[in-house]
Amino acid sequence: MSLISRPYIFTLNSAQSTRYRRTMNTDGDLLHTVTADNISDSRRRLGKVMVWSTALLCLALALWQFAYQTGRIETGFETWRPILFAYVLWATALCAAQVIVNGEKGKRTLFVLPAALFVISLVVFPLLFALYISFTDWNLASPNGPQPNSWDNLVQMWNDGFYWNALKNMVYYVLAVSVEYVIAFGLAMLLNAQIRARKFFRVVFLLPLMLSPVAVSWMIGKSMLEVRFGPISRLLREFGVEPSFFGNPEIARFMIMAMDAWTFIPFMMIMLLAGLQALPREVIEASKVDGATGWQGFKEVIFPLMLPVSVTAIVIRIIFKLKLADVIINVTSGGPGGATDSVTSFIFREYRDRSNVGYGTLLAMVYLVLIVIFVTLLLKLVSRWMERPA
Amino acid sequence: MSAIFKDHKADHRVKTKWWASRIAIYTALLIWAVICLFPIFWTITTSFKLAPDVMKGNLIPWWDFTPRWKGWESLGLSPRLIGEISTVREEFLKRFWNSTVVSISASTLAVVLGSLAAYGLSRFNYRFGFMRNSDISFFFLSQMILPPVVLALPFLVLYKSLALIDTRIGLILLYTLMVLPIVVWIMRDQFQGIPIELEEAALVDGLGIWGAFMQIVLPIALPGMVAAFILSLVLTWNEYFFAALLTATNATTLPVMVASQTGSQGINWWSMAALSSAAILPLVVVAIFLEKYIIKGMAAGAVK
Repeated sequence: MSLISRPYIFTLNSAQSTRYRRTMNTDGDLLHTVTADNISDSRRRLGKVMVWSTALLCLALALWQFAYQTGRIETGFETWRPILFAYVLWATALCAAQVIVNGEKGKRTLFVLPAALFVISLVVFPLLFALYISFTDWNLASPNGPQPNSWDNLVQMWNDGFYWNALKNMVYYVLAVSVEYVIAFGLAMLLNAQIRARKFFRVVFLLPLMLSPVAVSWMIGKSMLEVRFGPISRLLREFGVEPSFFGNPEIARFMIMAMDAWTFIPFMMIMLLAGLQALPREVIEASKVDGATGWQGFKEVIFPLMLPVSVTAIVIRIIFKLKLADVIINVTSGGPGGATDSVTSFIFREYRDRSNVGYGTLLAMVYLVLIVIFVTLLLKLVSRWMERPA
Repeated sequence: MSAIFKDHKADHRVKTKWWASRIAIYTALLIWAVICLFPIFWTITTSFKLAPDVMKGNLIPWWDFTPRWKGWESLGLSPRLIGEISTVREEFLKRFWNSTVVSISASTLAVVLGSLAAYGLSRFNYRFGFMRNSDISFFFLSQMILPPVVLALPFLVLYKSLALIDTRIGLILLYTLMVLPIVVWIMRDQFQGIPIELEEAALVDGLGIWGAFMQIVLPIALPGMVAAFILSLVLTWNEYFFAALLTATNATTLPVMVASQTGSQGINWWSMAALSSAAILPLVVVAIFLEKYIIKGMAAGAVK
C-alpha cells in the first residue's frame, strides 16, 4: 500500500507542493503579513471598555431577569429575549474589539471568531443545561418544574429494557453500513466504467439522496409497501408470497435498513466515485500490462488505493447513521415491539408522548457519551490500521 | 481460403467476453436506475390517480388509467382551482415558504460563517488558550458527531424562555449549527487548494488580508461555496426532527406537514402523493440542474 501510494504524493501540483514546503520550514502563519500597527493606549482602552461594558450589561440584565423570574423583584421582562439581544451585542463588541485592540492581528482572529462564538453559544451552553436537566425528574406535565433527583434517572435507565433494545438495534443499523458500502462501491465502479449516458445515470443514482426521509417514509414505507394495494405487495403476491413488511421484527428492521440505505447509498457512492476518478491511471495500466486479470487488478491495486477514501466514506456514513430517526418515527414508530427503534426515535417518543424531559435528556446524554467513545475508538483504530503498511 | 479472414478462436472469445461485460454493466445500471426512479415515478403518478386506479394497481398513465387532478385539487393546485381562493393551498404555500426561507437563510449563514472560519484556519496560526489550529478544526468538525436528540430538549426549553419557539429564526439558528461542520469541511479543502502566492501578490499590491480574501480568494473559491451551499440546502430542506419538536403552527416546514398527514387513519393516497411530490420536486430539480456542484461538494473532503 505505502509502496504504491508514495509516487502519488509527488504528483501533486506545484502550488500544493510549495505549500507543503512552507509548512515544513515555517512555524508561523502560512500567509505572512507585515504588521506595523501602533495602537494608541486610548484606542486599546476603548476596545476593552466596549467588551466589558456590554458583558456587564448582559450579566446585569440576566441577573435582573433571574430575580424577576424567581419572584424577588416586581418588574422584569416578559421573556428572556432582551438578554439574547444583549448577548448578541456583547458578541459583536467582542469581534469589533479584536480589531480595535489588536489591529492587524485582530483582523486575522476575526475570520474564526464569529463561527467559534456561534458554535460555542449554541452548543456548549445547551449541553451544560442538558447535563443539569438530565439529573432532574422533570416532566413537562408536572407543575413543579425540574427537581433534582440525583441518580434515579440512571437507575431507571439501567432497568429500561427498551433503551438497551434501541442501543442493540443501533448496532444492527451500523453493521448494515457494510452492505451499503459494498453496493455503493459496485455502483461507483459501474459509473466509472466506459459507459454511455454517464451523466444521466449519475443524476438518477443521485436522486434518492435529495428526497427528504419523511417523504421517503410515505413514498416507500407507507404506500409502496402497503399490504393491500402497494406495488411491491402486489408483486410478491404474484410470486405467491403473502406480504407482511412490518409485522415480523426481523423483516421490519430490514425494511427500515433498506429504506435508509436507499436514500444514503448515493452519498457513499459519490465519495467513492470521486476517489476512483482521482486514482493514478498509470498504476492501473501498469498492473494490466503486468497481466493482472480484472479481479486481481481490483483486489491488488484499486481496492488498496481506495482504502483512505473508503474509510472516510464509511466513517461519515456511520456518523450519519447514528442519527437515524426520521424514517422510523414516520413508518413504524419503533414497532413491532421496539424491534425497529433507534435511540433517537425512542427518545423522541419519550419527549413527545410522555413529556418525560429529565429522563429523556439523560438517555440522550448517555447516548452522546457512547457515541463519542465509539467514534473516538473507531478513528483511533482506523488511523492505526492505515499507518500499518499493508 | 476463407479461413484467412476468419478471426482466431481466441479473438472470438475476447469479443464475446467484451459483449458479456457490456451487457452485465448496462443491466446492472438499468436495474439500479429503476430502483432509484420507481418510487419517484410511483409517487408522481399516484398523485394523478383516483381510488379505483390505486386499488387496481394501475401503473402507467394514459395506458391503463387516465390522469386526473384529484390529488392536486386536495392541495388547491389544479388548473380548475388555481384561480379560486383555497385555504389548503394557502396552508401548503405557507409551509413551502417557511421551508424555503429557513433552508436558504440557514445555508447562507452557514456558508458565510463556515467559509470565513475555514479560510482563517487554512492560512493563519491561532492560539486560543490551549487550542491550536488543529484543535479548533477538530472542534468545528466534531459537531458533526453530535446527535440532534442531545440538543433537542435544551433548545426546547431555551427557546421557550427566549420566545423563539415556533419561529423561523429559531430554526434558522439551529439548522446553521447543524450544517456548519460540513461547510467548514468542504471549504477548508477548497481554500487549501488555492495557492498562497495569489494572496501574497495581492498583499504586495496594497490590499489588506480582508481585501485579498474578498477580491482574490472568494471569486476562486466560489464554485466550492456553491457546492457547500447546495449541500446545506438539501440537508436543511429535508430536516424533520428539530422542526417537529420546535414548531407548532407558524413556522412549520414541509416535512412536518407531510409527516402530520401520514399519521391519519385511512391514508388518502392521491393527496398524500401530491403533497409528497410537491415536497420532493424542488430538490429533484436542483439535483438535475446542479448535480455537478452536489458531487463536487461531497467529493471535496473525500479525496486527499
